[in-house]
Parts: sequence; C-alpha cells; structure tokens
Amino acid sequence: MSNQREMIRMDGISKAFGGVAALDNVSFQALAGEIHALIGENGAGKSTLMKCLAGAYEKDTGKIYIDGQEAEITNPRQGQDQGISVIYQEFALAKDLTVAENIFIDSLGDGKGLVNRKRLKQRAKEVLEKMGFGDIDVNKRVADLTVAYQQIVEICKAISRNAKVMVFDEPTAVLTNREVEKLFDVIYKLRDSGVCVIYISHRLEEIFRICSRITVLKDGKNVDTVNVKDITEKQLVTMMIGRDLSELFPERHAEIKNTLLEVSGLKSGKMVKDVSFHVKAGEVVGFAGLVGAGRTETMRVIFGADKPEGGEIRLEGKSVKINTPKKAIKNGIGMVPEDRKQQGLLLDMPIKINGTMSSLQDFSSAIGILNHPKENRKVEEMIGVLNIKARSYKSKASSLSGGNQQKVALMKWMISDSKVIIFDEPTRGVDVGAKVEIYRVMNELAERGAAVIMISSEMPEIIGMSDRVYVMRNGTIAGEVEKQQLTEQALINLSMGVS
Amino acid sequence: MEERLNNRQLNIKNMLLKYNAVLILIALIIASTILSDAFFTVTNIFNLLRQLVPMTLATLGMLLVVLTGGIDLSVGSVIAMGGMITAIMIENAGMVSGASMIVILLVVLGIGFLIGCMSGAFVVVLKMAPFVATLATMTIIRGAAYMTSNGQPIRLSTEYETSKMMVKFGSQGIPGIGLPWPVVLIILVIVLMWFVMRNTVFGRLVIASGSNETAVRLAGINVNKYKFLAYAICGMLCSLGGFILTSRVAVASPAVSTGMELDAIAACVIGGASLMGGKGTVGNTIIGVLVLGLITNVMTLLSIAAYPQQIIKGLIIVLAVFLQYITNKEGAY
Repeated sequence: MSNQREMIRMDGISKAFGGVAALDNVSFQALAGEIHALIGENGAGKSTLMKCLAGAYEKDTGKIYIDGQEAEITNPRQGQDQGISVIYQEFALAKDLTVAENIFIDSLGDGKGLVNRKRLKQRAKEVLEKMGFGDIDVNKRVADLTVAYQQIVEICKAISRNAKVMVFDEPTAVLTNREVEKLFDVIYKLRDSGVCVIYISHRLEEIFRICSRITVLKDGKNVDTVNVKDITEKQLVTMMIGRDLSELFPERHAEIKNTLLEVSGLKSGKMVKDVSFHVKAGEVVGFAGLVGAGRTETMRVIFGADKPEGGEIRLEGKSVKINTPKKAIKNGIGMVPEDRKQQGLLLDMPIKINGTMSSLQDFSSAIGILNHPKENRKVEEMIGVLNIKARSYKSKASSLSGGNQQKVALMKWMISDSKVIIFDEPTRGVDVGAKVEIYRVMNELAERGAAVIMISSEMPEIIGMSDRVYVMRNGTIAGEVEKQQLTEQALINLSMGVS
Repeated sequence: MEERLNNRQLNIKNMLLKYNAVLILIALIIASTILSDAFFTVTNIFNLLRQLVPMTLATLGMLLVVLTGGIDLSVGSVIAMGGMITAIMIENAGMVSGASMIVILLVVLGIGFLIGCMSGAFVVVLKMAPFVATLATMTIIRGAAYMTSNGQPIRLSTEYETSKMMVKFGSQGIPGIGLPWPVVLIILVIVLMWFVMRNTVFGRLVIASGSNETAVRLAGINVNKYKFLAYAICGMLCSLGGFILTSRVAVASPAVSTGMELDAIAACVIGGASLMGGKGTVGNTIIGVLVLGLITNVMTLLSIAAYPQQIIKGLIIVLAVFLQYITNKEGAY
C-alpha cells in the first residue's frame, strides 16, 4: 500500500454553521486505487467533510491537496474539474432524459453546439460496457430504470467526467443483496483502474468486506484512521460512539398484560400478502426483515394509510374496520413514520401545532374555537415528559435536532392517548444520545400500558429493545422469536429464508 | 459594550427585515403626504379605502387558498359575476322592495360559494393542479358573466328601493365620522378572518394542510375538506366583493376586475405569504393590500401615467419579496 500514490489530502479542515462547528480541524488522506471507508455516527461530520471536498460547501479553514497539488475548491464546478464525484443517496439524475443523455449531461455535444445522437449513444454504450453493464439500454428514460441501474448511470456519469475520486454515500441502502454484489464489482473495477474510492456506510460488514482502511469521525473531529485488518467490529463501534453498546438500551419495567392488537390474515397490494400477529399492552414488539419485506406497508394498512384487501384487525378483542388514518387514531392507533420530515412533521410549524394536531377536538369548543391556554399547558407538559430540548412550545420543529424532532412527531400520539404506537425506523438519522432518549420514551410508553411496535433494520436495536420479534419476508411473517432466543443469526436466517 | 452595540444593530436590522411590509407602507404614507397635498385628506383616504374593498375581499380569499398551497385565478371573474347577479336581481328579477335586500345578499353569497365549490371539486376530486383548475373556473365564470347581459353593463335605476339602499350603502358612511359603510363591513370581515385563522380549528388546519399535506393526512385529518372549503370561502368573499363594487359605482359590468387575481396574489406575497402554502397572516396580507392600493393612489394623484405605474408596482413587488428572501436566508443560519 505504501507504494500507492496519495490522491487526496485534507489538512486541518474546519467548517461551522452559524456558531456550531460541524468540522473541527479534521484531516483526511486517501490513496489512488484504494477503497477508504469514512464512518461515524450521524452528525459526526462525514457528509460535511465530503461536501467540502466536492465544493458543495466552502470550508472555513484548512487545505485540500488533490494528487499532490493544492486545490482551491469553493464550488461544485471546481470540485468536478478536480475530478471529484459524489454519488449521493438521492441521485442527481434528470429522470425524464435517456440514459445516454444523463451520462453525458454536461458534455452532450462533445464540445460542439449540436448533439450528435448516434455518437452520444455510442459513447454512452462504451462507458456502460466498460463497467460491465452493456445490457442497459441507452435509449431508456432513467425514470424507467430500477434504482440499482439508476445508480450505475450515476456512476457512469462520474466516469465520463474522468473522476479521480469517487465518494459513495450509503450506496447500498436502496439495493437488494444481489444488486449490492454487482455494485461491489463496479467499485472493485474503479479501484483497480486507480480511482480513489471513499465509501460512507453504516453497514460495518460491508466495510470489513471491501475497504482497506477506515477513517472514523466523531462530533466533527478525527478519532483515528486504521487498517481494516487491525481492528474488530466491536472496537470500531466503540470508536464511533465513544462508549459501550450495553449502555445504549435502558432497562424497562413494564408489566405485560392483555392483548391489545391482533391482526390476522391481513392482505393489501403486492407487499402485504398474509400477515398475522398480536401485540400486548406493555410490550415492545420488533419487526425485523429486509428492506422491501413489507413491514412498512403492513403498518400503513393497520394505520389506515393504505386500504386493506382482506384479513381482520381486532383491538382489545373487538373487530374494527380501519380505512383511514382518522379511524385508526379514533381506535387509539398512532404511527411515527419513517420519513419524519416528509410524513411526520410540519417542519415550519411550532412544536405546539405539531403536538396537538391529532387531538384538536380536545382543545377546542363545540364550534371549533381553540383554547390556547389549555393547549399551551398540555404541550409544555409533554415537552417536559419527553425531555425535548427546545426554547418553548413556540419553537419551530425545523429548529430542533433529529432526536427532538422525532419526539415531537411522537408527541401527537401521546396527547391523543394512543394505545398502540407504531414506530417505523425510529432512530434513523438521530445521534446516539438521542437514540437512548427515544428508547427511554418507548420504554415509558410500554410502562404506561401502551403496545409498542417497532420496525427497525438495525439488529442491535431490535435485539436490545424487543420483548418479541416478528421477522417478515415477502409480505408474510416468516417467524416469531422470543426474547430469550434473540440472536442476529436467528433474525438473519429468518429474514433471508435460510433455515 | 461593542457587543451590545452589535446586538442592537442586529436587532434593528432584523426588525427592518421582519416588518418590511409595514415599513414599506409607512414609507409610502410619508412619501405620499410630502409629495401630494391631496393625499392625506379625509376624503382621499376614505375614497381610497372604499375603492380597495373588493380587492381586499379577493385577497383574503386568495390568502386562504394560498395557505393551503393552492392558487385561485378566478377571483376577478367571480367579482364580476357577483356584481352581475346583484344587478340582475334588482333590474330584471324585480327584487325591488327593501326586504328583498337580504335575499339578494344571500343569493350573491351562495352563488359565490358554489363557484368556489366548483374550483374546490376540480382540485380535490379531479386532482387538477390548482392553477389549471381555477384558470378553467376563471374562464367559465367570465364567460357566464358576459352571457347574463349579452356583454352589456347594467345600470342600477334610481327608482327602486333596493337600488337606493345599494347606492346609499356604497356611497355613504357612518353619520358624523363619514367612515364608508363598505369599509366598516370590510373591517368586520378582516377581524372575523383574523380570529378564524388564529383561534379556530378550521384556521389551524388550513395552514397546517399547506405546510405539509402528507403529515397532516397521516395525523388523521381530512385535508381535502379544508382545501375544498378554502376555495368555497374564497368564492363567497369575491362574490360579496362584486356586490359591494356594484353598490359603489351603481353599475354592474361583466368586464370588471380583469386581472384582479394578479393584484391579489401580489398583495399576499408582499404581506409575506408563501405561494408554497403554510405561511401567511391576515394582518400582513392587509398591509400588502394597502401597499399596493397606496402606490396606485398616490401615483394617480401625482398624475403619473398608467403604464409607468405598472412598472413601479412591479418593482415594489420585487423589493418586498427580495427583502423576505434576505430575512429567510438570515433565519436559516
């Protein structure tokens, strides 16, 4: 490795937003022909560092060297000219244009004013074939491709720009297992052709498989850069979070009582084929499975966001018909959706309006006139109960951190006194401190006698929090695992259909 | 010490940015008073306010719709329609006794409401984009307004009891003070709207629906109901505007208020409402109306020709929105 050329060196990079330092004197170095992992918790500064490299942000201080030369990168154009490409999770593709047009979006005419379609397609085909994807039709609209193929187009676009450095930001989050393998082949090809690949991921097993070195960031500072072969997963986690995992899951003293929710033979669309399960009062029940197994879709049906096509939902023994969220809420079901910014919150609105939205009838007279003092008192009380860090109930949801936002999204179900609360990936995008807080809140809900359902793709979270776990596969329940039998292996076997 | 000074400077700057519409309004009033002796007279001010009544109603309706994230291009057409229906009921349908005034008013409000329901149904049921849906309503209602009288204006005749009441309402005011009756009415409407937006479930959920429709729906709220009602109420307010316009000029014309939708949108925007929905207040929107109204008034008093007037109006809109842009940018960091 020592004979490899240094492609990137970032020295003493600092970047602050307002008064908050996102990066504090961070250094980073990666080689040509290396796959270098960049890891850390959300908010550790990985994305900010890469944005400074690509020119999406302008660094406050520090120096960047590309291929040995000091580079002044203050906007994305300059980043591109230096050969830096970032494959973001949301691809920067023009979905209505063809594959060929997208790959050469900034050199459509190849230097001329007019576009030679034949030549354009030819060039696109060459790039795709080089990457082993000659089967992608260059005439297809990008919108008609699978996500995995869209990603390939995005990579080819970078190649067409002669990228020397390619940053992958959580590239496998949207892919199936087979697609992941294909992506790795592409990444190996890039590495072997001398590209410096920077790989950002939360999936440690991937990092151990494909990367040679790892740089760990925490709270905007360097922790260390290590060789993959010199470290274990456990050591890596400790480096990332700065404490032991066992402190992560607070103890719960909930008494498990009667069955609150019982679902049998639920069907809806292609994703929910035949789902049966039950949840008791005081219980936290985990839902594990691969992305696309139908977990979110199942919960959407139970919450009335999608229409059921068969099966039965019983609440406290009584059969109920739920076809709108309104009915679900009336029956005491609440859902904290996965995409809290799009689905769970009014970001531009104060905490108060977010918190009471589902129970305005309790805070208004018969003709719909609001009782502001009553509302304010309740919301202030909940801010205390949930330990939300905010200046007042007037603070906008957008001004809060991820964890506190999640608590605000939950607040409306606590105010509406929901008995069954569904969490969909509750800790995605929140830092470890906030995670613990959210686990505490979930515990408290259970202790108060609520039935808590938690969809999660994070194994430690499922194992650490659940009393019981249902594993879903292909729209059905593949199995149920009791707390005593909970191991990662058991869950993975069930979710992949390996016995 | 220096820090405190900086803080104070920052506060003044923030104040300037936050209340830019108010400041523009005050600046305009001062400038108008200096530039024209005729401006700051009771007659002129009352006349100005009286003239602004239909536009204020249209703008309040527009604000409701804009808050839901929509837009209503039909406000001008509905004003014309409201006026025509008023005149036809008096002149052609024989609603001439004083007591039929109530009937006329109810019919005018009802038809406006129904027109709004039509737009609302286009948007909510047929899932049409609000711009297109209300473009259709605008065209349909303008055509219908022309058809009611073969395109001719209808003059209110002076012999009928209702006509006399109308004209009296439109041209006179509170005895002694002289505040025009239409202005009294509009103040009541403004206060009512302000109260509704601030203190009722309806107002709260209209704004919420525009802020993030998906999240509101997932909170168990029938978003469509609030969107639909916003268009319906907008139609009703505009129709009332047509009634008041007819009472002021004693004539109803199917061609009036063409292009009113643009003034109403501009007033909302100057008042800080976001066309993306979820942001905007009644108070600031009224200031937007006054800013636009004042500019026109003072330019007319200064005998500035109509075409340059438009340029200046346009520039004021740019200025107001630019100041808001800066405010938001400051707020984001």
